[in-house]
Amino acid sequence: MRFGLIMSEVGNGLRRNITMVISVILVTFISLTFVGAAILLQAQIGQMKGYWYDRAQVAVYFCTASSVGECNLVEATPDQKNFVEAQLQSPGLAALIDRYEFESHEQAYARYQEQFSDNEFADFVSPEFLNEAFWVNLNDPTQSDALVESLSGLAGVEEVKDQRKYLDPIFAALNAASFTAIGIASLMLVAAVLLIATTIRLSAFSRRRELGIMRLVGASNRFIQTPFILEGVIAALIGSVLAAGAVLAIVRFFVQGYLGSTLQTTTAVIGMSEALLVAPILLLVGVVLAAASANVAISRYLKV
Amino acid sequence: MIRFDQVTKLYAGNSRPALNSVTLEILKGEFVFLVGASGSGKSSFLRLVLKEENPSKGRIHVLGQDLGRLTSRKVPYFRRNLGVVFQDFRLLPQKTVFGNVAFSMQVIGKSKGFIQEAVPDVLKMVGLAGKASRLPHELSGGEQQRVAIARAIVNKPAILLADEPTGNLDPSTSAGIMTLLERISSSGTTVIMATHDAGIVDQMKRRVIELVSGQIVRDERQGGYQTQAIPLQASPRESSDGLAHTHDPVPQSQVPTATTPAPVRRFAP
Repeated sequence: MRFGLIMSEVGNGLRRNITMVISVILVTFISLTFVGAAILLQAQIGQMKGYWYDRAQVAVYFCTASSVGECNLVEATPDQKNFVEAQLQSPGLAALIDRYEFESHEQAYARYQEQFSDNEFADFVSPEFLNEAFWVNLNDPTQSDALVESLSGLAGVEEVKDQRKYLDPIFAALNAASFTAIGIASLMLVAAVLLIATTIRLSAFSRRRELGIMRLVGASNRFIQTPFILEGVIAALIGSVLAAGAVLAIVRFFVQGYLGSTLQTTTAVIGMSEALLVAPILLLVGVVLAAASANVAISRYLKV
Repeated sequence: MIRFDQVTKLYAGNSRPALNSVTLEILKGEFVFLVGASGSGKSSFLRLVLKEENPSKGRIHVLGQDLGRLTSRKVPYFRRNLGVVFQDFRLLPQKTVFGNVAFSMQVIGKSKGFIQEAVPDVLKMVGLAGKASRLPHELSGGEQQRVAIARAIVNKPAILLADEPTGNLDPSTSAGIMTLLERISSSGTTVIMATHDAGIVDQMKRRVIELVSGQIVRDERQGGYQTQAIPLQASPRESSDGLAHTHDPVPQSQVPTATTPAPVRRFAP
């Protein structure tokens, strides 16, 4: 009986305020879509980091006859190479290193030919131009500094390069995009919260006679406020469901469909599993924000 | 039943108190008229009993409860013991007579079956049997006030507060409403009625409490609107602040004094 009464009050309120309710739905929809996009971008960054950092190596390049600078156009000697290898096996560094392998001029040339087969330069490159190198896989990719510091400047070493450095600008760009999304999302969420509060006040104002009588005859505060809170929550929930649907659609059709087919080689894109994790977060955020702001908005009408 | 203990009520931004050190006691089943000029504190008194306002000073006990100690969570449950009727009826225009009365039961969680039983009973008691499906605007003023009274008493309150319930009604309709209130009172409900209607007060011969500028100047058993016993103490002061008797049907120069009794209106049966 009471439940039915409350639900019919909710229905009346929603119908009476239909334009405001639609704007609440749209604003929550858009703001939560941005929230979802920001979360997905962070997930994407995390996934890419995991993917690339596992593959990223530290390269210890040896001097070639054409290297300038420290090398002075002198090819690294076998002794120098052996000394560097001894360093890699020394107790200080060995603990950090998962494995390492030596790449000769010929191996470097073969890899170069393979990677740049469709590039005209490939024809002008000969094996002796390409550095011999140790390719080092670290246990923890973030600890590359120790390796770079201890091996740079050794005789015959041209450069020690952490491949992760190449990726940092990409992550910085993605991070900036996700912070932008979070910024827009929080502005929109503020708008959504204020709009819900206004909608509920309007709804309460249009029912002030009923509210006055309810208070007079002793309806409990919970009974009075529940329909209004439900009203806000239902409107926000519809917006959240739309936002969750939008996030799922973005992942399904844009990320997996479009990006997935254009970036076939780099498989590190997020999938539906991440999107399905984000959807309930959006629903929860929408409902909690709506309930809180409706609660604050209606409390003025409950003062006894 | 209701006890005021040195109660003073000051509203913000007004140095003159609405009620000034009021002490009184109203017993179970009493019928009390609250008379006095507009602004004399009658409505403040009723609002304090309802705990719509809190006193600035003093203590109020209603139905054995100290209102100062009542938490706001418990106020709604306290109010279920009181019924209230207003001059302007305050019915819900889109609900039928039945719906209006049923509403006050629904919102405190009464069962559907109980409502179906209780509402026709109370409508019959206030003389509206057969008009349950009318809308408020299809009724006369007197009938609308009967609906409001039905709504106020359907939950069987111990106290009925009426703030000028006959203020918008003609004398004969008022008489009908008074008959109804008398019947409610005789069934054991305490009735407190704020009014300006001298005729009604004089005819009913009930307890009269007169307020002037927030102070009780008279508390008389079986009194009239104007007292025959004590002179009006505060009259000059009241006239000077321009509030006096603006509501009165008689011109200022003809305001009855202690020596000339107020004209008594006759009620239609």
